[in-house]
Amino acid sequence: MARRRGGASRGKRVAAGPEPSVAQEEPRRGAVPRRIEALWRIEGPRIVAALARVTGDVGFAEDMAQEAVAEALAQWPAAGVPRNPAAWLTAVAKRRAIDSWRRTERLEERYRRLAQEAQEDVVADWNPVPDDVLRLVFSACHPELSLLAQITLTLRVVGGLSTREIARLFVVPVATVQQRIVRAKKTLAAAKVPFEVPEPSEWEPRLAGALRVIYLMFTEGYSATSGDQWIRQDLAGEALRLGRVLARLVPREPEAHALVALMEFQTARFAARTRVDGTPILLAEQDRSSWDRGGIERGREALARADALGRGRGNYALQAAVAKCHCVAANVDGTDWPQIVLLYEALGRLAPGPVVELNRAVAVSMATGPETALAIADRLVAQGVLRGSHLLPSVRGELLSRLGRSAEARAEFTAAAALAGNTRERDMLLRRAAE
Amino acid sequence: MKYMLIMRSTDAAQEAYKDLPFEEVINRMGAYNESMINAGVLLAGEGLADVAQDSDNAFVVDFSDDPPLVTDGPYGETHELFNGFWILQVSSRDEAAEWARRCPLGAGSKLEVRRVTEPEDFAAFADNEYIRKEAGWRDDEAALRAGNA
Repeated sequence: MARRRGGASRGKRVAAGPEPSVAQEEPRRGAVPRRIEALWRIEGPRIVAALARVTGDVGFAEDMAQEAVAEALAQWPAAGVPRNPAAWLTAVAKRRAIDSWRRTERLEERYRRLAQEAQEDVVADWNPVPDDVLRLVFSACHPELSLLAQITLTLRVVGGLSTREIARLFVVPVATVQQRIVRAKKTLAAAKVPFEVPEPSEWEPRLAGALRVIYLMFTEGYSATSGDQWIRQDLAGEALRLGRVLARLVPREPEAHALVALMEFQTARFAARTRVDGTPILLAEQDRSSWDRGGIERGREALARADALGRGRGNYALQAAVAKCHCVAANVDGTDWPQIVLLYEALGRLAPGPVVELNRAVAVSMATGPETALAIADRLVAQGVLRGSHLLPSVRGELLSRLGRSAEARAEFTAAAALAGNTRERDMLLRRAAE
Repeated sequence: MKYMLIMRSTDAAQEAYKDLPFEEVINRMGAYNESMINAGVLLAGEGLADVAQDSDNAFVVDFSDDPPLVTDGPYGETHELFNGFWILQVSSRDEAAEWARRCPLGAGSKLEVRRVTEPEDFAAFADNEYIRKEAGWRDDEAALRAGNA
């Protein structure tokens, strides 16, 4: 088969061999910078990962890669986009690294190793080791970094996002993102964090850390606590993509697939969660016809993959299983509430906590009735947990109301309204109190 | 945003493909698919069965007649065949174009790239009876599949 380039050949056979590097496409304004941005998103993580392997330093690797991107921005609009842009960027970044070391005259051994690799690049295909990207995930999610730094660095080096894109997602100035990245790199360098996949003994907590970073990124986008809602959905979408990437890197880890499943289920229900004006819609009142069936199907597949590994269900798998119960039910009455109760019981054994217990109470109220559920809620009150949160009084209010104890219910809704941080939620609770 | 990559080729391209060992075609397409799965952007993709092989594989409904006419198809004359599709979730048109460029197709083939509509595209018709009904039909289908799984 003849090798061909993008849109230029239009049905015409192009001879094998060297080809002109400039794609003869219809010109679009700012086409090359935008193409570089798209290329970076696709290839950036692997370029940085390959560089980090030879330099042993993620921050330095990222800096050199960015310099290569700057050079591409300067050269490609006139010279054209090379046939293998990733190889070009990697070669230029390696050259920059050598120049930098030459100036500082340090790390003789690394310099020699890298110089040799740069020579080989001329003939060899660009072919990073798949494990490199996994090392990149572990470096970006290193416990030495703050969570915010971990998220930012993950978006940057694993997600291939530009500082501008990250700034848009977090609704902060570009300079703030740049500072965070610089500080994160300094922290990694100061801690002499090795670019490696951790030892087997460290594997599980480090993977859990990486999953947590991705899930936090997702919930930040999903709960839409501030900023423009659509932009936050982008953040959730990016987290879902990174989750898919991670699950591919560690296909034998059930919790990675389970996290993807959980995010797919939650994303599928996203559109139904709020009205156009931003008012939250309760599950019972959500228009289930606007749930994304493709997403639910992908969630089911991911959860099935996690289960197929036969290692039992972890935290994310149990949460995903709850979400699945909601997603596959035609309505609230048709929901498998007994199953959800069992799942929350399992979650409670795995990761006990008052929020899980409260969720169990809600499920119990649907499965067996408000009386049993109220006993659980009352136990939480007696334990003095969840104080300062509107969740417990609003659930108690709901249960009391269903038991016909309206005066007590009203008092609970009023108390819950006073604690609600979100004005939309407060309004809703006050409405319930007035009923 | 989602984009659909629609694989289109001509009779000539199909003819040229026959010279290529099928396993190599599988390997090239497999590597392409794998790269998109690894990047977390591939949502779906299917190939369509060979048109020439069996008339059960493909037929055409022509609306020039009333009622419409079902025929084995004027495939031989159109020169353009739909062979398969991918659905990608990407951040921009440029990212979709970048993935499309990498598709291992030969001369005579084209990829048509189309943005897939999302609920927002129909926001102005959210209350339309049939927009709502269609979502309901999709629901039923999903519930059926859920029951069978």
